[in-house]
Amino acid sequence: MDLFEYQGKQYFARYGIPISAGEVADTVEEAVAAAERVGYPVVVKAQVQVGGRGKAGGVKLAADRGEVELHAGNILGLDIKGHVVRRLWIEHATDIEQEYYASFTLDRAAKLHLAMVSARGGIDIEQVAEEDPGAIARRHVNPLDGLARDDARALAEEAGLDPRALDGAADVLVNLYRCYVEGDADLVEINPLVLTPDGRVHALDAKVTLDDDAAFRHPEWAELDAGGETDAREAMAKQRGLNYIGLDGTVGIIANGAGLAMSTVDVVNQVGGSPANFLDIGGGANADVMASALEVINSDQKVRAILVNIFGGIVRCDEVARGILTALDRVEISSPIVLRLDGTNAGEAREIIAGRASDQVISEATMLSAARRAVELAAAREGHAGDGPANGANGARA
Amino acid sequence: MSIFVDEHTKVAVQGLTGSQGRFHGLRNRDYGTKVVAGVTPGKGGSDVEGIPVYDSVAEAVAAHGVDATFVTVPPKGAPGAIIEAAEAGVELVVCITEHIPAKDEALVAARLRRDFPGTRLIGPNCPGIISPGKCNIGITSGDIALPGGPVGIVSRSGTLTYQALHELSQQGIGQTTCVGIGGDPVPGTTFVDVLEAFEADPETRAVMMIGEIGGEAEELAAEFIKTKMSKPVVCYIAGQTAPPGRKMGHAGAIVSGSKGTAKAKMEALEAAGARVAKNPTEAGELMVEIVRSLG
Repeated sequence: MDLFEYQGKQYFARYGIPISAGEVADTVEEAVAAAERVGYPVVVKAQVQVGGRGKAGGVKLAADRGEVELHAGNILGLDIKGHVVRRLWIEHATDIEQEYYASFTLDRAAKLHLAMVSARGGIDIEQVAEEDPGAIARRHVNPLDGLARDDARALAEEAGLDPRALDGAADVLVNLYRCYVEGDADLVEINPLVLTPDGRVHALDAKVTLDDDAAFRHPEWAELDAGGETDAREAMAKQRGLNYIGLDGTVGIIANGAGLAMSTVDVVNQVGGSPANFLDIGGGANADVMASALEVINSDQKVRAILVNIFGGIVRCDEVARGILTALDRVEISSPIVLRLDGTNAGEAREIIAGRASDQVISEATMLSAARRAVELAAAREGHAGDGPANGANGARA
Repeated sequence: MSIFVDEHTKVAVQGLTGSQGRFHGLRNRDYGTKVVAGVTPGKGGSDVEGIPVYDSVAEAVAAHGVDATFVTVPPKGAPGAIIEAAEAGVELVVCITEHIPAKDEALVAARLRRDFPGTRLIGPNCPGIISPGKCNIGITSGDIALPGGPVGIVSRSGTLTYQALHELSQQGIGQTTCVGIGGDPVPGTTFVDVLEAFEADPETRAVMMIGEIGGEAEELAAEFIKTKMSKPVVCYIAGQTAPPGRKMGHAGAIVSGSKGTAKAKMEALEAAGARVAKNPTEAGELMVEIVRSLG
């Protein structure tokens, strides 16, 4: 789960990482009230989970009430690369002397945690890595050893931070590592980490990605409303606990396993179709899961055909087949379903489906032939959809 | 020959008394795998269809001389189960559990490296390992595999592993061993580990590798193929049309910025001399060509 900046800062604060005084605001009035409390001048910051908000006019300095009203009014509702701003973070403006970068993430190849620190903060770190890789000091951290303060300080020194910033940076790094490990984050990143004229070091931005798999030991995460979904279908899928990503096309896709789902998306594209989504039903493909998956795809007005691609391992194909039939009884599915079932208990599954084969449920022997069939059906039905409302199958459902 | 397992491998199932453990453990035994024991703390002394259950891996090892364990316990208990097997001296641990927190996986990897260098972990979040006709540890459906070689398979994705087996078996091409390394950020066994083993295995004459977007495991594999591999390799990378910034199911499968794209991986593999297919079916067809050319 990606946190908004304000959530990330609140998360940082739990681990003693210094942040500026600030408050959340959802309206211009709240923004003004927040600014009065945190003290002028303030920075009005759009809360969106997309880069480049500064360039898009989503971050403004405000010296007084009038300027807060102006900027908050402009930024709320602003569309930044498809993300509409609904929330602001109002924080006391900080005098900046220098801007640094600090992060922890996993180095998968080394199977160790990786700390990165740079004296070149405030800009995209990927750009720094490309232009001047030497400007980023890196150090692996073995989870069995943790990060000692001396090592943290040495890393900050190696990165070329100002001598006045070293102690403050070392403290931030030690706490940021704690936040990363104890807070079960996949990524913690501060860009910029700033040095103020009076010698303090603190986090001016916060990027935190939490590891969803660790939610069981973080009951406090339940309060974090990520609300990052800008797509109604994704919100619906999330509610139903499905691993769904919305795309733009007309072929709805259901597969088991992330790899097969990705591959199905690829193959639909390769045979000239356009996938409407990525949906991995994972290992628990019972009737309920299948019904939920079909419901979500059915709610997508652009879908003209549904491709179900299952290779049973832990998932048993006969259960998937029963699930599809149950789903068909429960939900009125407006698009034809092309099925490809292989693997565990596939023979039984094919028999179950054979009993219900129709124009609505079509079996194909291979992944490629199933993709081709679904794409053909979608294309044919797309052609018809324009003829009149009677043929606009998806819209016809009550 | 096969890699990591063979017809003599004695297997204990950690979590045999659970519903998944029972289903797949028995299925592995039905396949012909020597499933000699189950382990479930508190259930020692019972049995599952004749397979004796022990309270600890150490007891199972003492009673049967276990070579490998199959870990099918929930995410909270899986890291402990892996370490328990390593402590008991088990040389191969196959963990299918998904949704283990990344921090726990990193800790397990660090402990294995420091304290138990003799234990190989396959997974977590993987379908397991099958050497057709000899040994099947995990959740792969044995009937989609074809014994006799000459192809070795290594895959980061579960269901695509089955797809790869299926594509080859349909064409009458057998497999020496098929290893699913799993899609998690910290796999116990990497592409390079498996490629190295296939390169050393005289019966494996070609390798099919199934990768996906995210991370740099495929690039590292490409480097190995280029410098150390004499056998032909066919690759397929899933996620060629995945949108950037969206996590495609697996914790690892994400294109972020310019990193982790299928295109970069495919180019690296091609430059390393591997044949790169655009979908699993094409990968199967390329392998048919290669196997025929091997005579």
